[in-house]
Amino acid sequence: MTERTPGFATLAVHAGAQPDPTTGARATPIYQTTSFVFDDVDHAASLFGLQTFGNIYTRIGNPTNAVLEERVAALEGGTAGLAVASGHAAQVLVMHVLMKPGDEFVASKKLYGGSINQFNHSFKNFGWNVVWADPDDIGTFERGITPKTKAVFIESIANPGGVITDIEAISAIAKRAGVPLIVDNTLATPYLCKPIEHGADIVVHSLTKFLGGHGNSIGGLIVDGGTFNWSREGRYPMLSEPRPEYNGIVLHETFGNFAFAIACRVLSLRDMGPALSPFNAFLILTGIETLPLRMSRHCENTQAVAEWLAKHRKVAWVSYPGLPGDRYHNLAKKYAPNGAGAVFTFGLKGGYETGVKLVSNVKLFSHLANIGDTRSLIIHPASTTHKQLSDDQKTQAGAGPDVVRVSIGIEDKADIIADLDQALEAA
Amino acid sequence: MNHDSYSDTFIRGILNTVKTIAMVGISPKDNRPSYFAFKYLLDRGYNMIPVNPGQAGKEILGREVYARLSDIPEPIDMVDVFRASQYAPQVVAEALTLKPRPQVIWMQLGVRNDEAAAAAEAAALKVVMNRCPKIEYGRLSSEIGWMGVNSRTLTSKRAHVFGRGVQRMSLDRATVTGGATIDTAGAKPNAETA
Repeated sequence: MTERTPGFATLAVHAGAQPDPTTGARATPIYQTTSFVFDDVDHAASLFGLQTFGNIYTRIGNPTNAVLEERVAALEGGTAGLAVASGHAAQVLVMHVLMKPGDEFVASKKLYGGSINQFNHSFKNFGWNVVWADPDDIGTFERGITPKTKAVFIESIANPGGVITDIEAISAIAKRAGVPLIVDNTLATPYLCKPIEHGADIVVHSLTKFLGGHGNSIGGLIVDGGTFNWSREGRYPMLSEPRPEYNGIVLHETFGNFAFAIACRVLSLRDMGPALSPFNAFLILTGIETLPLRMSRHCENTQAVAEWLAKHRKVAWVSYPGLPGDRYHNLAKKYAPNGAGAVFTFGLKGGYETGVKLVSNVKLFSHLANIGDTRSLIIHPASTTHKQLSDDQKTQAGAGPDVVRVSIGIEDKADIIADLDQALEAA
Repeated sequence: MNHDSYSDTFIRGILNTVKTIAMVGISPKDNRPSYFAFKYLLDRGYNMIPVNPGQAGKEILGREVYARLSDIPEPIDMVDVFRASQYAPQVVAEALTLKPRPQVIWMQLGVRNDEAAAAAEAAALKVVMNRCPKIEYGRLSSEIGWMGVNSRTLTSKRAHVFGRGVQRMSLDRATVTGGATIDTAGAKPNAETA
């Protein structure tokens, strides 16, 4: 009998989960406990020494969180995952394994604003220095590489402007430099794009957005692609050198192609501490079961809304890669053929004042600062998230006075369009 | 036989059948991968026998160490090769002189020698290369999922607790294949040469 490989929707429902070994519970239980009893002293020693698989303490691992980790790893085609408290926490833990003070990483300047802040300010306090590159000019990545470079960081679909990054071109640069490519796949989710298939070595997620999908839980996740050779040049001592914290174990030698995920868990998460609540993991897991259905609907609705807006007399421009003629349309066809995501920006002919009125007039859209909810969401960055910036800085960040960002939900598309219609008319 | 990939049924069949495993090349150091795998398999009920000429006569985890396979005074079901790939042919040649012969030659993660595999298969032995029996047991029992590792299995069957305690699982349960990963040989470390 040949063994068949299950499809994406089957993995979204089943991967990582199984009936509970002791009760037979079919849904994944919420293991709301801090700690787990040891079978005996030798078992405890084996667990602490990483000699066996098992549970010790929820800061390091938890069976509910573990189902979520395996689920997302399977959906991304990675070897292992690690769930953490937020997408930002995932980025800190990844860099903690890769970087030493004084090291550098090259990052796309088309990123979520929160990541730009994290890299520009908080990471610099650790001596981890970001070098910005422009995904619209791939050569800037190559020119950003120095002997101190330890990683390259991009988003597959960049927030908020509907930028599709050429993952394969940037992966080739990272490979020539001998450093891993980290891809934030939050906006695409593995339903739309699987970065590891395009040359990513590490994938990070904010689970808060489309994976959880219901706007009810903050969470983050790291996926190990299993593709990078950590020992080749000795540039990643957390993985290739004996670890004094663990009796001289060499993690890459011991754990092979899932060593990076283990290092993030037993060195970064253990010592820095941003663990995910098992209750959040449960809610996010429930969300992931319907990921294919939701993403399909999100993208169908978004395409319809973008096409409608593009023809509206009060709208100056629409930046959505699903629209023919968009500068990223061809990259979208390559990297996200099933839909270009559900977050995009558009510009109002009436500028700042019209933007303020639009977000005040909506009745179905929610005016808030999240994305990736079942509900349709809207924000006018210039009057909210980016208000403290100068006009010049706003424009640089894609948050000029005329810009509105939407995250299209899974309601009936006629109702979504009707709400925008009445809000624009009155704006 | 294709040694680039193995079906879960094939691997499960081996791990559910063999009882006595000789590990050739085990290190006495408790931070080495071979020691980890030996201890884990011992803990899952396998009769583990350490083989290492430099440690002959001593004990590892309470088990007497033998210098060579032919010194072991009981039948062996499986030989686990924890030596670099170039030493695999001599381990297989020695295994084939045993009476009764073992049923399985298993070469560790990072160890592959097609010539040695062909010799063993010509004598009707099963061969696994470039895999770790600890990882495969953990995968097929779902234990490895506790570490967030993609077990690449799906199942609607409950796992059974193995023996005493609560954090050890049996292999007596069906699973289906659960998704693929990109297999990159360069990402795997070399097996020990000790």
